[in-house]
This record gives sequence, C-alpha cells and structure tokens, in this order.
Amino acid sequence: MKLRFTLNGSAVELDAEPWESLFDVLRNRLGIKSVKTALCEGSCSACGACTVLLDGRPIYSVMTPAYRADGRSITTLEGLSRGGELHPLQSAFIEAGAVQCGFCTPGMILAAKAYLDGGGGPDEGGIREAIRGNLCRCTGYVKIIEAIRRAAEALGGGKP
Amino acid sequence: MTSVELVGREFSVIGSRVPKYDALEKVLGEARYLLDLEMPGMLHAKILRSSHPHARLLSIDASKAARMPGVVDVITARDVRLNNLGYLKDNPPLKWGKVRSVRDEIAAVAAVDPETASEALHAIDVKYEPLPPVTDPVAALEPGAPLVHEELGTNRVNLDFGLSYGDVEAAFQRADVVVEGTYRTQYVAHTPGDTMGALAWVDAQGILNVYTNTQAPFLYQRWLAESLGIPAHRVRVIQPHIGGAFGRNLDVYPHDVITAALAMRTRRPVKLLFTRSEELQNAPTKQPLIARVRQGATRDGRLVAREVDAILDAGAYVGWGVFDARVMQYTVTGLYSVPAVRFRTTVVYTNNPSTAAMRSAGNSQITFAVESNMDELAERLGMDPVEFRLLNANRPNTVTPQGARITTCAMPEAIREAARRIGWRGRHSAGPHRGIGFACYFHVGGGARIYRSDGCGAIVKVDDFGGVIVSVGGTEIGEGLDTSIQLIVAEALGVPRDRVRVQINGDASMRLWDVGTHASRGTFVCGNAALRAALDARRQILEGASKILGAPPEDLEVVDGFVRSRTDPSKGMEYDKVVRRMHFFSGAQGRIVVASSFYEPPSEEPDERWHGNVSATYGFGCQAALVEVDPETGRVKVLRIVSAHDAGRVINPNGFEGQVQGGVAMGIGLALLEELHLSEGRVVNGSFEDYRLPRVTDIPEIDVVSVGEPDPEGPYGAKGVAEGPVIPVGPAIANAVADALGVRIRDLPITPEKIWRALALNVQ
Ligand code: FES
Ligand code: FES
Repeated sequence: MKLRFTLNGSAVELDAEPWESLFDVLRNRLGIKSVKTALCEGSCSACGACTVLLDGRPIYSVMTPAYRADGRSITTLEGLSRGGELHPLQSAFIEAGAVQCGFCTPGMILAAKAYLDGGGGPDEGGIREAIRGNLCRCTGYVKIIEAIRRAAEALGGGKP
Repeated sequence: MTSVELVGREFSVIGSRVPKYDALEKVLGEARYLLDLEMPGMLHAKILRSSHPHARLLSIDASKAARMPGVVDVITARDVRLNNLGYLKDNPPLKWGKVRSVRDEIAAVAAVDPETASEALHAIDVKYEPLPPVTDPVAALEPGAPLVHEELGTNRVNLDFGLSYGDVEAAFQRADVVVEGTYRTQYVAHTPGDTMGALAWVDAQGILNVYTNTQAPFLYQRWLAESLGIPAHRVRVIQPHIGGAFGRNLDVYPHDVITAALAMRTRRPVKLLFTRSEELQNAPTKQPLIARVRQGATRDGRLVAREVDAILDAGAYVGWGVFDARVMQYTVTGLYSVPAVRFRTTVVYTNNPSTAAMRSAGNSQITFAVESNMDELAERLGMDPVEFRLLNANRPNTVTPQGARITTCAMPEAIREAARRIGWRGRHSAGPHRGIGFACYFHVGGGARIYRSDGCGAIVKVDDFGGVIVSVGGTEIGEGLDTSIQLIVAEALGVPRDRVRVQINGDASMRLWDVGTHASRGTFVCGNAALRAALDARRQILEGASKILGAPPEDLEVVDGFVRSRTDPSKGMEYDKVVRRMHFFSGAQGRIVVASSFYEPPSEEPDERWHGNVSATYGFGCQAALVEVDPETGRVKVLRIVSAHDAGRVINPNGFEGQVQGGVAMGIGLALLEELHLSEGRVVNGSFEDYRLPRVTDIPEIDVVSVGEPDPEGPYGAKGVAEGPVIPVGPAIANAVADALGVRIRDLPITPEKIWRALALNVQ
C-alpha cells in the first residue's frame, strides 16, 4: 500500500506491506538508525527505546503499523538538530551528563520533546511522568531529569 | 615522574565538569551498536535450545531444516569440532549425548533472514529421554540426587574458595553476643539495552573478524580461538558502541563460538542477536547466594569473629558468576575490622541457569548478608547501628587478615556523613511507618588481580597538526572511561581538552592489551597507563623544545598548549609548532612524538590459600536509606538515599555522580523489584513486562557525596567507583525496613508479599 508522510520535515512516499511496522520502515527502508530497539518484541511498549513522535506524540514504533503514519508527520532524533544547531534538549543531555551508554538516549530525548512541546515545564513530577515509559539501565534517571529540567528552562516552557 | 608528584597541584581540567566524550554522537543518534551493524550478504543465525532441563539426547535430525529454501547452513555437535568453554572446560558450545538446562545449545541455523532461521529451527527433529531435573542446590547435594555431570559422580563442583584466619572458635567463645542468620539473594538479569550477539566474517586474508559487545576483547580473542581450535592471531575483535553490559560480557559463550563457526563454514558474514525474550531466557544471570552468617562481638561492641557458609548454585556449567566467591572472600575477611574470620563455600551443579559476574561481582550479595547481620548484632548489643559501624570501621594503613593492604580509607567519614545527611537520630525515630537503614562496603579500587596480569596498555601520539590521539586497551560500555582518559591526557600534556581524541573500542588489534572493563578498574588501571604514556610524550616535547628554545628541559613547562620557560618569559612556542619542528630537525635528527606504556598495578595474585593484596587500593562507602512502608500492602517506598563514597580524588564529577546514581538505581532493583522466576530451570517472567526493572518512578532523591582524599597510586589520585554504589543498597533498605516495622526480610527482593507475611507472623 502506498504511504505518504512527512519525516523530519521532508515528504516521503513509499510502498509498505500492511503488517510492516513503522520501526522496520524507518530503519530498514529509510535508514533512520537512531531509532533503537531493545528487541522487546511482544512486550514492546515496555522500554521506550523505539520511541518516535507521530504528529508530536510519542509512540513505540515497533508496535505501530507503518500505515498509521500515512498523511501524518514523524519525528526522529535526526530531525532535531538543524543546520548544525543542537536542540536545547540535546545540549542539555550533553551538559547535564545524562548520557552513559546512550542506548536509551534517542527514545528519552523524543519522549522529553513531546512533553516540552505539549507545554510541559521544569517541574520534576511532570518530567518523571513524561519518561516513565522509558527504561534506562545506566544513569539512575537523575541526570536525565536534570537535563529535561534545564531544557524546559531554556525554552521557557511551562510558564503560565 | 609518577602520579604521586602530580597530586596536590592546581589542575586545568582534572575535576571539572565536562561532557562525556561520546555524548554528542549519542544525542545525535549517530552511535552504532551491534544492533545497527549489517554487512552485504549477511546471514542470520538462530540457535535451537533444549526443550528439557535435563535429558538424554537420543537423536538430532536436521536434514529437513537444511533443505529449506533460504537456509544456508545447519550445524550440530556432529558437524563441527569445537572445544569446551569455561574455566572448568565443562561447557560444549554444541551439546551432544545429554542436555543439562533448557538453554543448552543443540543446533544452529544460518539463513537469509531471521524469520527463515527461526522457522528452520522448528524443522529440526530432536529425540530426548527426559531425566529428573535438580534445581535446588541443597537438594542437589543429597545422596541419590540426579547428577548433572554424571562422569563426575557428584554435583559438588571441584572449586573451594574457603579460607580461615585466626582462631575462630576461640574468638566466638570470647564473644558476649553471637548472632546468626541465613540470607538469600535472587536470580537477576543484567538487562542492558543492548542484547547479546555477534557478527562474524572471514576476510580475504582468512582472518576471522568478530563484531562483539564484549567487555574483555583480548580474553575474548583468546578464548574464542581456543574453542574454535584456531590460532588467536587469526582472530580480530572489533567492538562497536556498547549499550551497557554490567559483567554479562566478560566471557565467551556458546553463541559466540557458534556464530563464528557458521561464518567460517559459509564464508559469509553471520549475525546473531538475541531478542529480549531470548536474552532473559538464555543470557547468564547474576550469581544467587545462600549465606549463613554468624558474627560475634564483645559487650562494648567490638567485632571479634565472623563466619560465613556460602552455597553457590553454578547452574549447569561453571561460569564467572561462581568466581564471585573471590570477591566475597575479601568482604567476609575485610569489611570492618574482624580478627578471626572463616569462609566456607559449596559450589553446586544444578539444571539452573549458568551465572556471570554482575556489577560488584558478588559483593552486593555478600554485603547484603553481612550488613543485615551487622544490624541484627547491633540491635542485640543494644547499640546504635551507626556507632557500632564506626567503632569497627576500616581504617587507613591497616591490613586485613586476607592480606588486603588498605592505604587510603575514608570509611569513618562516609558513615558520619551518611548519618548526618539522612538526619539520623537513633532507632525508630524516622516517623510513623518510616525507617532509616545503613550499610557500608569494602571493594577493590585499584584493579583486581584475578588473572595473572591486571594491566592495560596505552599509546599517546602527538601529530604534526597538534592532534593528540590516545588509544587504550580498555573498553567503553557507557561507564565514561573515554572521558577520564581524555581528562588525564589533557592534564598531563598541558594541552586543551578538545585537542585530545580518545580511541577506545573499535579494532582491538590496533590497541594495546587490557584485561577488560570489570572490577571498577578502568579509570585506575587504564588511566594510569594513559597518564604514563602522556607524561612520556610530554617529556619528548620538552626535550625537543629545549633544543629549539635553548633552555634546559627542566626549565620548560606546557601550559594550555604553550611550551614556555619558567624563568625566561621570552622563550616560548605553541606545542604543535614544537612537534612540527622536531619532525624536521636537520641532520637526520627528525623525530615524531609517540609514547606507549603498559601499567601493571602493584597488587598481588592471591596465593593457593587465597591470601594476597589483590588490589592496588580499595574503595569504601556508606549508604543510608530512608524508606516508608505501607503496613496494609507491604509496599516499600524509598524516599531518600545518601550515598557517600571514598573514590579518592574525583577527577570527573559528572562521571562519578552518574556511576553513583546508576548504581543506586540498580541496587534498588536488586533490593525491591528484580527477580527471574524459575520453574524447573526455565525463566517464567522472560519479558520486560514481567521482569520489573527500576523505572524513573522507583528512584528517590539521591544525595551523592564524595569523602575521599587523593590516593597516592591513583591517576591524579582517583580510585575506582563503578561498582561500589550498587553494593550497600540492598542491606541499607533491608535495615531501613527493619527500623520501620521491626520485621527483618533476609531474602531479596523485599517484595510486598514477604513484608506482609512477616508482619502477619509478627502479630501472631
Ligand atoms: S523496543 Fe519498543 S518499547 Fe522496547
Ligand atoms: S544510558 Fe544506558 S540505558 Fe540509558
């Protein structure tokens, strides 16, 4: 079936099988390798490594059929930094020390982006809620929370 | 010049907050893990494992699978000659005759895609004669128990980690109070994001190349070659970015050998990657422990004797998990000052999972047992648990009965700081349903000589353009060794940090030997190697500059990339210009700046009685946990953790805090959440939905404290810290629960059900 969607701001057109996941289409056909998977398969929805944004909302791409992207817009990490400029979340993750092995990082940043774009602010409770679907085995989450808080402040979000 | 002389001067980058070396590529999504690697013509491998925990293998018929379209190769033990793996060489990569666990490898398929490979597995016909399994290590020792390795005539593994110092019986006689308890720790999965696997191919030179997420590339090279029966110089190990490992990847496993064998037979690249459920079902686990602890103290609170009897379930094959006992030894004999100590171990084969070391390699398990018992002993003595710990704390410049020479040691400071910051006012004073608990640890901080060499090699090259390349044998798995190395080299050379590029992971054959990332040794051992190479490169630059500037080398220094005379400010030159000039010295005097070093820490391999100073220095710490328990549901909420560590000088604060916070989170998983449930040796909760890893909502406020002083042997005074923080979390929480409720859970994880049962028993 023919799909048309926007990937990181550019129009994409391709043929996909009805059973193909968005994850497979992004990684194998479009070469978007920043999207990870902890290979959760059946229990995908549990670790968040395969998170991408569908019309700005975080979804688990392994569990999402590709056809759901039709006519909509997909954002991955590749779409965050523009012209060599890092997104405030990316700089904050670097500066706050929120990256260790980095395997969870793409999913974390995208989950955080959805939160901030949706008006989320620097309060810790809100940030924790936003990333509760994303596992990190390395950092203990503390510096990830700190990074999102800094980015929220930099973007001036969450203010009434 | 040694690192000692550098301690105490002003630093330009050591101790500053810098981004992790590879953070940029990771936030851009450009880091490539095993998951991301592909090669043209690549085949996908899958492994057929046993349907029974214990059975005779009567026949294997793979002919139908081999004929399936898309299947390129199928192998069983009959088709390839592979040597056994493991310390005891008890683990054939492909099994024949008998299977001893549900993870036993029987056959493997290489096919054009993973789906075809999986389908082909179903077409392999295996006939079994099931045997009664034995999955309880205590029952396995009883006469008449089914034998896992029949040829041995017993399930008792021929490994003894026992030791004894002082007259233990007499010491217990002298004790006024003796407390005994039995403590258990559970099966835990390492569960990094990255699953296990390998991508192997044979190149035109006939070299076997392997992409692997191993933590120990040079041991991997040797053991893989041994199992395949080829010379190790025919093997090239390449490490991509590694998405965590935590001890899981310190060995070569059957799937590594199988993947390589398939690549050698098919002459095509072959990739094998566990799915998450394969990982949870088949990856080695943390070593579970059953420990009977008995400790005695005098009325005034002096520890006089300690005795620990440990049972270690090896599973079907002896992996590195069993050798956790060697770490346990040092804690049994050395955590707190105890004059008379005895440790006895029983290692048992069962049909359970085989085990691996996991972050702290036995220390979190044994410290749970000893530190829980310490609290019980303090209570029986009527002493404050903080006072009791302070009274018996390790001190600087002491030697433990096993021969660990403690040099720097800030354990007393860590205890005081933890107590002060958590607001300790004595037992049962944290408020309703609340409790505070403490636990300390004693761990290697200067490498661990568990192999004959504990060394690491490093190369520092300064090129004509001022680029500094440092290559180390060490492995980056997320711990931040890359960043420590960059800081150390920039500091030692006196050049801006961004001039230093760190070559870590990648092709191991281009790096100098290292024993692997384990035992918190990276920053200490590899850092010392890089420091020495950098100081040598600096000496070369100063000698060259001396000729150019006409000043003696002793008079020269490098500050922020500028070589200058200390006495004559008119004499100076950019370091890269010096290096270029040196290259083109006339009269065939030209030279380039390159230095290598191999650092062996000044430690001892333990002797046949397990006596010896296994590490060049030791790390200490104390953790306090404040918890709230819901008496209705038994649910424990950790409200706050204070984690105080003696890690020497903290040279990379972001890295230090990250290790502590991540370690505490992992400790919370061990204490409260994680357990692989087994039924006849098979994991029954093998998915991320059923296996509960700590989520952001499980993490309390964590107060990270550094109490250490620069260590004379550490690079710029640093000691290892990667494992310490995970160790005392379990006992601190168990002690806090006891403080809150008056009931003690001696069995990890501390689930609501266990608390609820203990409370119900208490009421009766
Ligand atoms: S891979 Fe999708 S949630 Fe884990
Ligand atoms: S940084 Fe390793 S999983 Fe998050």
